[in-house]
Amino acid sequence: MAAGLSRRAFLATSLAAGGALIVRPGGDGLGAVAPAHAQSIPDADRFLGKSLAPDAVDSYIAVRGDGTVTIFVGRVDLGTGSRIAIRQMVGEELDLAPDRIAMIEGDTALTPNQGGTGGSYGVARGGVQIRRAAATARQALLGLAATRLGRSADELEMADGTVCARDGSGSVGFGELIGDRTFDLKVDAKAPLKPHDRFRFIGRSLPRPDVPEKVTGHHRYLQDLVLPGMLHARVIHPPALGATLERVDESSIAGIGGARVVRIQSFLAVVAEREWDAVRAARALRAQWSGGGGLPDHAREFDLMRAGRIERDQEVARRGDLSALSAPPPGMRTLRASYRWPMQTHGSIGPSCGVADVRPDRVTVWSSSQNVHGLQNTFSRVLGVERAKVRVIYMDGAGSYGANGADDAALEALLLSRALGRPVRVQWSRQDEHGLDPKGPAQLLDLRAAVDKDGEIAAWETQAWLPIATANLPHIPLISLDSAGLPQTPGRATGLIYQNIDPPYAMPNLNAVVHWVADAPLRTSPLRAPGKIANTFAVESFTDEIAALARVDPLEFRLRRLSNPRGVEVLQKVAARMGWQPRPSPRRADRRAAVMTGRGLAYVHYKHEETIVAMGMEVAVERATGKIRVTRVVAAQDCGLMINPDCVKAQLEGNILQTLSRALHEEIRYDRDRVTTVDWASYPILTFPEVPRLELELIQRLDQPPLGAGEAASTPVGAALANAVFDATGVRLRTIPFRPERVKAALAGQGGAGRG
Amino acid sequence: MARLTLKVNGTAREVETDDPDTPLLYVLRNDLALTGTHFGCGLAQCGACTVLVDGRAVRSCIAPARAVVGSEIVTIEGLGSPERPDPLQAAFIAEQAAQCGYCTAGMVMSARALLARTPRPTEAQVREALAGNLCRCGSHARVIRAVLRASGRASEAR
Repeated sequence: MAAGLSRRAFLATSLAAGGALIVRPGGDGLGAVAPAHAQSIPDADRFLGKSLAPDAVDSYIAVRGDGTVTIFVGRVDLGTGSRIAIRQMVGEELDLAPDRIAMIEGDTALTPNQGGTGGSYGVARGGVQIRRAAATARQALLGLAATRLGRSADELEMADGTVCARDGSGSVGFGELIGDRTFDLKVDAKAPLKPHDRFRFIGRSLPRPDVPEKVTGHHRYLQDLVLPGMLHARVIHPPALGATLERVDESSIAGIGGARVVRIQSFLAVVAEREWDAVRAARALRAQWSGGGGLPDHAREFDLMRAGRIERDQEVARRGDLSALSAPPPGMRTLRASYRWPMQTHGSIGPSCGVADVRPDRVTVWSSSQNVHGLQNTFSRVLGVERAKVRVIYMDGAGSYGANGADDAALEALLLSRALGRPVRVQWSRQDEHGLDPKGPAQLLDLRAAVDKDGEIAAWETQAWLPIATANLPHIPLISLDSAGLPQTPGRATGLIYQNIDPPYAMPNLNAVVHWVADAPLRTSPLRAPGKIANTFAVESFTDEIAALARVDPLEFRLRRLSNPRGVEVLQKVAARMGWQPRPSPRRADRRAAVMTGRGLAYVHYKHEETIVAMGMEVAVERATGKIRVTRVVAAQDCGLMINPDCVKAQLEGNILQTLSRALHEEIRYDRDRVTTVDWASYPILTFPEVPRLELELIQRLDQPPLGAGEAASTPVGAALANAVFDATGVRLRTIPFRPERVKAALAGQGGAGRG
Repeated sequence: MARLTLKVNGTAREVETDDPDTPLLYVLRNDLALTGTHFGCGLAQCGACTVLVDGRAVRSCIAPARAVVGSEIVTIEGLGSPERPDPLQAAFIAEQAAQCGYCTAGMVMSARALLARTPRPTEAQVREALAGNLCRCGSHARVIRAVLRASGRASEAR
């Protein structure tokens, strides 16, 4: 296409002038040139050289001469809505409509390092930090205006980008006050925040700015980025994890559109001008590998955890006297159960992608990483280039819930661009993403309780076997650094997976301990609400088991032991919505019925200090097939201040449906060499026909801080489901996933099969 | 080099390829710069790459380009734009029916095919029509509502 080529030539020159541009070849959208990242502003690079210090107002906010406000956000929007919510927080403090605020996300050259995007902290920490910066800026603007207008600051107010005297005698625009100059101020943690009774933007469900582009196919994802001269690459990952590349037969791809092989030790890739040629070449390339693998027997995964080397024990909670567990007095009953949550993948719908342009004087990498600043450090070290010359720019990819393959694909693009001296785009395959993304680790929990004749919990013990994370690990190890023979700090990342192994209920005698297992079969990373999904599954299932043993209604059992009024409120809201009739589980029903129905609930106080969720579920279980149909999910959530309630609601929906998928269907399997569940057929997830009716209640707390909405509601899902299945069938399921064959076997064993 | 003429979004487009088995997806994205159609699996398992071929929802990741010569191909860009979304897209916007949005275009196209043959589907028909479209973020309930809204039916999904 001649037109495309000439445009490329034109753009190549403008790129050389320093701008990072997207070129869209082809006939649509004549000469379409977009800024380096889709949510950015066209001339974002005018801000290069700005402050990046985390404590400086100028790091977060800039006012241009024309009065336009731009904010710089280190934590990115992964589809959660922080792109609007953070604008609402800044707009509130500056009395400026959110749609008049431009926002730049996750660009190491432009945004301060606020830490990686995760932990439900996008708004709760990142947003709050920027809101304080905006409040500090507000005071500064009022002060400048007071001088300019000859008034005292308390005679002034803000409206639509101006500061004006309340008596209408004068006004001055933000641009006139500070335009194109810096605030030169530290963020003042004590700068007054607007009181909630004067909120104009916070608390409103304003629409997200990215949705119209996403539903019309106009949103620019990382996968859509095209640079002048860019090569398409596919990496041929070893057939067995860590295998050594012995020999490559380059003739095997001869004749495929000029595709060629790049090899750096055991790092093997093919590149081509045209993407399909790279795909074909990757499929056709013959290579000989040796060694690698050495994975343990998947069927024994949990046994091996229990028997594995323990690095150390960690006491998460301990109080009182536990003797009732080992030497129960007469009349005391004891109960024990093991819960298992298997290894699972992020399952991003779009496989990871990375684009890199390594030049002698500067390095630019585009990535959907949740940690662009971490990547900048890693790449600076890998290349031996000073950090300031490495720029990592976030662009949206498919949803990521901890750390999918994005960082790996970015590193691979970097290695290839360095080797070839041209921009390179690496696109992972579905098999790459399922097989190689860092996994949410398997978790094993043993619970014991002593229950007295009145149904009181005389003692509770949780023992959790969890893989240990490496302290101060600079970065999750990247697979292709090892293949390429490049050094990196070995280790493991998991997130804070020990939290919530202890119950949230009042009880005098408690022990909750983690046995930190030295190793795990595959590379791991945080995966949404790290650890706490499995931990809450165990704790809240076991709570139900105790209630059933005591023949007490599960709601009543929880309310009796809960002192936090916000916790009581969410449980009562769910109960009211469900029309909860008090009775013990399981329900009295015909155990031979073809379809058995039941209800269950679960509760969480996330990390014992953040968001509070109660969740009820109704299920129908088919005896003949073992298929569980979730018919209804009712949830109530208190996450403190909601900046944008509809975005919070979307997170609540997503937490429920994603975790329902994990609980019903998902388990990573591997043979001795590699992961074998590498597509959506071998690793199925929830589909539209399975989606239950969702009834959600959100509690707005205008006078409270925001506590985070991205994760908490995923944690009660497993237990609410298991408790509902128990209520329906009398069978307790303790091993995720609840696939039909497992459920059917448990039903056939009627109670016993679900044990242990 | 073979030349193929494809009719895309109402316009005849000529593309050159040295492999006429190139999947339509790669032609749309790389030759025609229609990047709203996404690569998700390359296995026809997830639906992110769904386009309409003669009104039917087709997985463009496995459809050879030569097999759709002479057919009417419609991509997500052929429906509407952010400024002028078509009614189905407008319903997705009204319901804020996307999170990361990577799977969304494929869902819009599957739903478009459904509404063309069944203008007033039941909720069960909507779910069935979208059974081959996967979403990881959990936007399903909103997507169902959006399709029903576009059909003029109220949703029971909440």
